[in-house]
This record gives sequence, structure tokens and C-alpha cells, in this order.
Amino acid sequence: MDLPLAFNSELATQLFVNGLTLGSLYALIALGYTMVYGILKLLNFAHGDVYMVGAFVGFGVLHLFGGPLSPSIAVALLITLMFLGAMLGAGALGVVIERFAYRPLRDAPRIAPLISALGVSFFLQNSVLLLFGASFRSYDSFVLGSAHPEQFVPGPLSDAVFVVNGVRVQLVQILVLAMTLGLMVALTLLVARSRIGKAMRATAFDREAAAMMGIDVDRVIASTFLIGSMLAGAAGVMFGLLFSQIFHFMGFLAGLKGFTAAVVGGIGSIPGAMLGGILVGLAEAYATGYAGGRWSDLIVFGILIFVLLVRPSGLLGTRAIQKV
Amino acid sequence: MAPGGDIPDLPTPPDAVDRPRVGVDEWVAQVEERRDRYTGLAGLTRRIASVVPAPVRLGLFVGFAATLPLWMGRGDLFTYGIFTLLYALLGLGLNVVVGFAGLLDLGYIAFFGFGAYFYAELSSEQYGIHWSAAASIPVVVVATALLGLVLGIPSRRLLGDYLAIVTLFFGQAFVVFVNVGNPTVAGKGLTGGPNGIADIDPLDFFGYELTSRAQQFYFLLLAVVLVLVGLHFLSESRTGRAWRALREDPLAAEAMTIPVKRLKLMAFAFGAGIAGFAGCIFAAVLTAVTAGNFDLPLLITIYAVVILGGFGSLTGVVLGAIVINVSFQFLAPENPQDNARLLFYAITLLLLVLSVRPWWRLGAVVGGIVGLGFVIQLLVEAVAPSWTGGPVVEGGRLAGVVKEWVVITPPGHGRFGSFAYVGLVVAILILTRLRGWIRTVAVVPVVYLAAVVWENSFVEQPAVARWILFGALLVTLMTVRPQGLLGTPRVEVV
Repeated sequence: MDLPLAFNSELATQLFVNGLTLGSLYALIALGYTMVYGILKLLNFAHGDVYMVGAFVGFGVLHLFGGPLSPSIAVALLITLMFLGAMLGAGALGVVIERFAYRPLRDAPRIAPLISALGVSFFLQNSVLLLFGASFRSYDSFVLGSAHPEQFVPGPLSDAVFVVNGVRVQLVQILVLAMTLGLMVALTLLVARSRIGKAMRATAFDREAAAMMGIDVDRVIASTFLIGSMLAGAAGVMFGLLFSQIFHFMGFLAGLKGFTAAVVGGIGSIPGAMLGGILVGLAEAYATGYAGGRWSDLIVFGILIFVLLVRPSGLLGTRAIQKV
Repeated sequence: MAPGGDIPDLPTPPDAVDRPRVGVDEWVAQVEERRDRYTGLAGLTRRIASVVPAPVRLGLFVGFAATLPLWMGRGDLFTYGIFTLLYALLGLGLNVVVGFAGLLDLGYIAFFGFGAYFYAELSSEQYGIHWSAAASIPVVVVATALLGLVLGIPSRRLLGDYLAIVTLFFGQAFVVFVNVGNPTVAGKGLTGGPNGIADIDPLDFFGYELTSRAQQFYFLLLAVVLVLVGLHFLSESRTGRAWRALREDPLAAEAMTIPVKRLKLMAFAFGAGIAGFAGCIFAAVLTAVTAGNFDLPLLITIYAVVILGGFGSLTGVVLGAIVINVSFQFLAPENPQDNARLLFYAITLLLLVLSVRPWWRLGAVVGGIVGLGFVIQLLVEAVAPSWTGGPVVEGGRLAGVVKEWVVITPPGHGRFGSFAYVGLVVAILILTRLRGWIRTVAVVPVVYLAAVVWENSFVEQPAVARWILFGALLVTLMTVRPQGLLGTPRVEVV
């Protein structure tokens, strides 16, 4: 733990960029948590593992087209395909999980779906362990020079690191930020403007009343899981591109942090999840930078417990009133 | 059904299983003793269980357990005897929090770990402190209970799910703290980091040391019996009834002037204390603790123990601990896979017997499965002989039959096992959606596929397979029988 003696603006800016990138990942995961919680009042513990499966589907698509060293199609197209594959795969997985693990329990005591979710999470982790083994899988030189800038593999994207005033910004980071922004805008529009978004809001407000108004509640819930899981799948590929290494257990911690983000922002609130994700990402980046990596997780958990104790409804959430 | 029976039954709606059971007030039915007579094996077990009173059940359990050291080897006594009792002890503590009081505590294992580490600090070379177990166990138990109280304080404000997540974070924070944090105290890492703490003193009471496995086993048995008896009286007491009221409906309980907050804290402290006690014994028996012992897999295992038996049932916890630990050890990588294989085929057969009726249909299904195996084996040998005839992993009693019956791909077809596994998961999910005779027919290929997956990938990685099965077990139990094997069903009264 070597605390910097003087405030170093270069380091601070670098950490800000890193934190923002990390935060957009957490925000994408948090959106899935918050949407499902808003509509079902269910903590979907398996969400982190859907994100992990997304990363592995992206990995599969990458290797389907020749792997990172010798891609058989243009890199931009390949990355697009990876995102598409991961989003579709994760989305389908989310719908299946909802159908088989949560829907039969919709009227069971509250504790049952939570345990079921825990079981799904454990099942997914170990299934991937069985299929892919315990070793790290690598997105390899798609790192685009983040770890070893001197080992550039020639290619359209690989020498894409910009240095602005001593702050290194990778092209991948810009890609992640832009894509997160795009997805969030699309989601906001979908929820605010479209027919299914309206149905979602109605279902979240009162499921029974919505059903009485002729809304197909099952379909609305399934599409909520679909959208939330697609976002998580995209986040999984982003993680692979940013940090290059994926493994079967990555979803657990990321899920916890995504959940922290959702709670910090106010669970059930979509803008809250976005804000919370960015805040948690920044907190983790600064904690890693200034206090050392081994304390960063504890600091993030501490934030969550503190927020829950002081303001259980989160920053942008509304205080829930319990109806009797 | 009208008398005379001339009015035909209404056809069962296709989604009957998924329908909410609102309005089916099982509690009223139970009070008025309007209940189904369970038939078959389940009914017999139930009737026996209701006839045999609790002390006799306890006596049977203790009587059987006490003979274990006489005929088991040291290693078996350790893996089967001691670990079953440890799981039972942990399950009993968790049962107080989750089963009696209905609080979803996902940080439970951290209390176990805290107890183990605290005992290790007090009685090992780590700091050169060597307290006698007679002194350190009470101190650790009280400290763990206090820690439970501290963690319980926020729980007074938090509703169900938030409590689950805060405790999960607490559990995770404990692991991170012990493993990575490892602050330096008095010139040494407090928790030893990834290496943990080794050379922990054995349990010693007033100069008498429990060093042999048999002594440790009997001590643990005594501990389990004491806790069992204590919890039995606790659950029948005023406090126990108040906990159940709290579990069923906190708001109604509060309206009945039950001190909800104090009871929640008590449940936390009680559960934590028992976990801390189990932690002491764990540390002393293993003589070393590492952070990896107290992570998510153990939490899942203990939840499986409690859920399998049924929330709130003490007999259930003990049975759950036996079933879970024995199947767990059968699937341990260091044990011969022959046992696991036998267990797999026995359970498959048992499930078929329980679910397929009448007998001629059962016979047809089993015959179909056996026949299908030989037909597929012949086909594969004729069409693509390189795909079959792989070696049976760790042969044993069934190896000869298995080799002729199941397609085992030799090494070199690496992805076959993976595709079969994914196919099996999809097939089982589809199977749950089928009804009627189509389902009965579909069972045949699915069971055969399960055998193929078992022989091709599960047997090679039993440690992974058991976690997969545990995860699936939690989901299946929750969707099929949320009350567990011996629990009483709870319905939301609308």
C-alpha cells in the first residue's frame, strides 16, 4: 500500500477513465437486476452467471471464425457478431431460466425463488466448468495492447491506444462506453415509448391489475428477462474484450457488484442502475488505485452495506410503502 | 366426484401444474384433518414417521451412529461419520435462522468460519496461545453469537431480500478479509492469508485430549444430540412458536404483540452460536483452517441439507445431512467411482419406480431403456465404430454391462461429452413440459442420454458433477416440493 504523497492528476484521470469503463459494465448488469426486481420483486442471483455465459458465447463465436490471431472475417464484423451471439445466447438463457426456475414459484413463499436462483447460479457455474474446464479462456490479442503495448499484433484495431496528456485510452474502452450509452438510450426509449415498455411499467406497478387490463403478464415478464439478460450478455463480451481473460466463476463477483450498483442507485429504477453502476465502477477503480487491489472488493461491499443501512431505497429510488 | 360416479371428471387443464394454488387453503384442511391418505412408499414412510415419537427416533439415530466406529475404518469414519455430523450440526444452526424464523441468511458460513478461525487463534502455534478447549469453545461460541447479533442489527430494518444480500456480502467479505486482507497484528498476518492457520490443538478437556477419530466422532455425536434436544425443546417453547409466527407473517405477528425485532436478533445469535461451535470442532478435527473451506460451495451444501429435509424439521436436517454427505462422498474424486455409478443407477431406477405407474407401464419403460441401449450400441458399431468402445472409467462391478450398453466414446472425440451434456439439459427441460403418454415415451431416450452423459463426462469429473447435481437439486426441490421431504407445506393465505 503506497499512498501517493501528492495528488496526481494524471493518475486520477486515468483511474477515472478506467472506472467509467468498469462502471458501464456494472451498469449493464445492474439494469438486469433492477428490471427483474422492479417487475417480480425477485433477486435474480443467477444474473451474474448469465453474464458469464454471455462472455463464453462471445468466446465461442470468436473461435468459430478462426480465433483472435487469424480471424477469417473483418475484425469489426467479428466483434459485431460476438456481441450479437452473446446477446442472443444470454437472452435465450434468461428466458429459459425464468420459465423453468422462477415461473412455477411465482406464488410460493418468498424464500423459495431465492433458493431456486441460488441453485441456478451454482448449476450454471459448474456446467461451464464441466464444458470448458477450470483454466482461464482468453480473448487473447483482442486485448488491443492493454497489458503489453509493445506486443502489438498488426491488424485494424490492435494499435488503437490513444494517449492524451499521459492518460491511456484504449479504443476498446471507447467502444465499450459508446455501446453502453447506445444500449441505455435504446432501453430508456423502449421502456418509455414502446407498447411492451408500457406493459412492463404497468406490470411492475401492479401485476394483478395489469393482468386484468388484458396484459399478457407472462409474456411481459419473459421479455423483461430477455432484455435484462441480453444486456448482461453484451457486458460479458465487453469484459472479455477489456480484460481478455474469462473463467467460469467470473459471474459471481460481477453479479454482486452489479447488484450493489442496482441497490446504490435504488432498486427498480432504471436511471438509478446506470448511475449506481458508474459510481461503483469509479469507487472500485479509485480503491484499486489508491488503497491497493486487495482492499477494493471490501470497499465496494462496505459501500453497499452503508447505503443499505442509511438509505435502503437507494439514491434515486422511492421509499417503498408496504401494503397490508 | 358425485356419488355413483356417472359424472365424468373434468379434463385436467394442460397447465394445471403451473397454476397458483391460491384458495387451496391447506392449513384449514390440515386443522380439520381433511388430508389425502398418502399411498405407496411415501405413505408408508409418513405413517411410520408419525407413529414413532421423537425420543425413539433420536434413540435409533444415536444407537446406529454409536456403532459406526466399531466397523468403519479411520478414513471412512472421518469422511462419512464426522462430516455427516458436522453437516448435521451446521444444518441445525441454519435451521434456526431459516427454518424457524424464516430469515434468509446467506452469510451463515461466515459464522462457521469465524468460529473456526477464532478457535485457531486461541489454541494454536499462530500466536503461541494454547487455551484448553474447555475454555476456548465457550468464548468462541459467545463471540460468534455476538457477531451474529451485530449482523442481525441491520436486519431489523431490512426486508427479506435485502437481508439475503447483506448477509451474502458479509459472507463474501469474510472470505476476502481472511484470504486477501490478512492484516498484520503483532508482527504476524492475523489469518495467515491463503495458507490459513495450521497446527491447531486437538480438542482437550481438563488434560484429556481427543486425538483419535473415534473419540472425535463420539464428542461430535454428543454435541449433535445436545443441540438436537435443546432445539427440540426450543422449537416447542414460547420462543419457538413466536419464531414460526414470525416466519409465516411478520406483520401479523407484530400485530399480535410479538416482539419481532428481538426475535430476529435472537434467531441470528442462536444460529451463529451453533455455527461457531461447529467451527471450533471443525478446526480442531482438521487441525488446519483455510479460507477456501468457508466459501460458497459449503453454503450451498448446508442449504441443500436443510432444504432436503424440510425447513423447520429437526429429523429432516439429520436425514438431509446423511443423504447429502453420503452422496457427496460417493462423488468425491478420491473415492472409487464404482459407488457413484451404483448410486446413479439405483436412484434413476427408484425415481422411475416412484413416478411411472402402473407396473406394466413401468416394465415397458425400463425394458425400453435397456433395449434402446443395446440397439444404439449395435447401430453405432455398425455405422461409426470409432465412436464407441472407449474405456469404462474405473470399472468395478457394473463395468462389463455398462461397456456393452452405453456408448462411451474413446478419447479423441473431445466435444462429444459436452454436446451430450447440453443435449441432456435441454431434453430434461422439454420433458418437464410434456404430459401424458408422450412423456412416458420420452422418458426412455432421456434416461439413456443421462446414462451416456454420466459415463462420458460426469464420471471423469465427479467433483464438478456433484456441484451441478446440487444446483439442480435445489431448483428441482423448490419447484416440485418447496417444503422438503419432511416439512409441512405452507400456502399463502389470500
